[in-house]
Amino acid sequence: MIKLTGIHKHYHSHSALSGIDLNFPEDQTTVLIGPSGCGKSTLLRLMAGLETADGGELLINGSPLTQSNLTALRLRMGYVIQEGGLFPHLSIRDNVCIMANHLGWDKDKTEHRLIELAEMAHMPKSKLNHYPLELSGGQRQRVSLMRALMLDPDLLLLDEPLGALDPMIRYDLQQELKEIFASLNKTVIMVTHDIAEAAYFGDTIVLMRAGQIVQTGSLSQLLQSPSDPFVLKFVNAQREPMQLLTASFSQ
Amino acid sequence: MNLKFLNTVILIVACAFASNTLAQVTETEEITVASKKFTESVILGEILSQLIRTKGHHVIHKKELGGTRVLWDALIAGEIDTYVEYTGTLEQELFAGQDVHTDELLNHALAKLDLQKTAPLGFNNTYAIGVNSELGKRLGLESISDLKNHPELIFGFGSEFMNRADGWPGLKQRYQLPQQNVRGLDHDLAYRGLASNSLHVMDLYTTDAEIAYYQIKVLKDDLNYFPEYQAIIVYRSDLKQRAANVVKSLHLLSGTINADRMLTMNARVKLARESESVVAADYLDNTLNVKSTFVSQSLWQQFVVYSYEHLVLVMLSLSAAILLAIPLGIIAAHRPKAGHVILGVTAIIQTIPSLALFVFMIPLLGIGGPPAIIALFLYSLLPIVRNTHAGLSNIAVEIQESATVIGLSNFARLRLIELPLSMPSILAGIKTSAVINIGTATLAALIGAGGYGQPILTGIRLDDTELILLGAVPAAVLALLVQALFETIERLLLPKGLRSLSAAKD
Repeated sequence: MIKLTGIHKHYHSHSALSGIDLNFPEDQTTVLIGPSGCGKSTLLRLMAGLETADGGELLINGSPLTQSNLTALRLRMGYVIQEGGLFPHLSIRDNVCIMANHLGWDKDKTEHRLIELAEMAHMPKSKLNHYPLELSGGQRQRVSLMRALMLDPDLLLLDEPLGALDPMIRYDLQQELKEIFASLNKTVIMVTHDIAEAAYFGDTIVLMRAGQIVQTGSLSQLLQSPSDPFVLKFVNAQREPMQLLTASFSQ
Repeated sequence: MNLKFLNTVILIVACAFASNTLAQVTETEEITVASKKFTESVILGEILSQLIRTKGHHVIHKKELGGTRVLWDALIAGEIDTYVEYTGTLEQELFAGQDVHTDELLNHALAKLDLQKTAPLGFNNTYAIGVNSELGKRLGLESISDLKNHPELIFGFGSEFMNRADGWPGLKQRYQLPQQNVRGLDHDLAYRGLASNSLHVMDLYTTDAEIAYYQIKVLKDDLNYFPEYQAIIVYRSDLKQRAANVVKSLHLLSGTINADRMLTMNARVKLARESESVVAADYLDNTLNVKSTFVSQSLWQQFVVYSYEHLVLVMLSLSAAILLAIPLGIIAAHRPKAGHVILGVTAIIQTIPSLALFVFMIPLLGIGGPPAIIALFLYSLLPIVRNTHAGLSNIAVEIQESATVIGLSNFARLRLIELPLSMPSILAGIKTSAVINIGTATLAALIGAGGYGQPILTGIRLDDTELILLGAVPAAVLALLVQALFETIERLLLPKGLRSLSAAKD
């Protein structure tokens, strides 16, 4: 689906990505993970066409991403960011349907798709005429997901979609999202910094550090045969405090 | 492309005015008379107007134009046909550096500009220097030379006198005057300054009615510094072909107005508060036995005319500014390099003093409505450009990126997302522009564009507070109304989602 070869990206003298080779297989969920500043978001933004690489090749379905095919490709991808990026002056309905209306979809078709997505995302119909600011953070992310899925894209890009939510809501939404992804059969690329979330969603986890890929594989591969001491250090940094706490209670 | 657009705007505005003027020409010859913004000039302008009107022509009297240069340029450009000028002004200022000291040389210099003049009307309205009579008595001031011994005196001169070669600079040199505290101010305001003792010495015109009224002591010009200022009528040479009978009657006025007559007429207007039209008609009746008619408008009719003129100035210039400034602001927000140029140029325009900008327009567009509209249009650009730019630039990055990444085209993004979100900022810019525009438009009367500035000018000239308020109050009310109008538009247009945003903030 997406193939990256030798991708480089600099901001002034700082190197954000240095030599990324990656293959995102079709219909699978790949999670990009790593500490802040490791380049995981930059990588996602490159694939969305929000940034351009300084070197290397980015192929989507075999053809390079250029200014001329960018708009067409964007109609085949959905994009969700941390704060949702909803348009505050448009109702939920208009936010979700903006592209369908812009492309001149038939009204019934648009409405049908909207209701379908609302049901899938557990978004009450009564809320469709509300405005983003009248919704809770979790509801806003559901709307953002609905908007991303409206045109039934092949590719779904998610940049820390649950990052701004409080833990309980986050937990609920994680489960729902997983079900949705499972039902969709889409190529999903998600950025997170949470290893549990990565393991929960990802068929493949890509662990990054300082603009480079440290290891690619499932969580068990990462744990059983770490390519670098950093892999275990990163995974355990999030797992150990909880395990220690649990252990201290059971004693 | 922007320049082309501007040209189109100028063309449309100019056409609107041209067609307006053309429509009036068809019946008879249209003759435009002008006057400077002091009472004597307005009375003389009214005499010329009424006299020409009795010859069956359509006459427009452009009253109270701001400064000799404005009238002179307009006369040369054919914007006006005739007005009363003074020989001293021609020699010292308009033909400065040329030898025109004999009648023959002056006629020759005028002919080169396709202009002609009549013989003197009969009075010499030269400059004089006056002091508050009480102060004059106390200090024993009789002649201008006596001022040398009193360096502490405060001088206040009209801005023309202040700067022209035959005014203050020459006077100071000839009499070796030591005074340092010299202010430039409006001639009519100087009388009040003298009366209230905040000024001690001012320039006068010898036929000013106020000399007697304010009991001003006129100092003797003991070194014969001031030149002759004989009143003459200057007119365009083509008037002979266009309306021979007009030229004939203008020459009939020569030698008919002596200094006493002029002083009396000035006093009737300035002190007895009679209208210039009545005084002019009486003069024509008594001296030339010409019965003239004039339409005297009630205060209310005048108010309607001023309002109409002011509204036209504001609406045309402001709507043209909105049409150009919003696209400029959009370009500025999307192309940072072009943005620097656009914001820079519009800011520079804003720093040009408004009166100067009006006068700059005269060589390009003449006097009256079009130059005033273009000047006001230029003034209205900056607030709208700047607020459009700010509104677009302040949209949160995640919203801008979301709009891009869902696949909206640039134009659709602008229309559906960016402009609605920056609307409050754009409207605030338009509101600021409108208020500036309405205020600045009162100065447009100085170049003959009328509006609420006209009664303000006349009111200052005649020391008539009521008349000043007739211009100032409606201008202020108009500014408030326009502000309220845009606030209503904002309420109606503000997207509901943003309204709940402001509600949430409360």
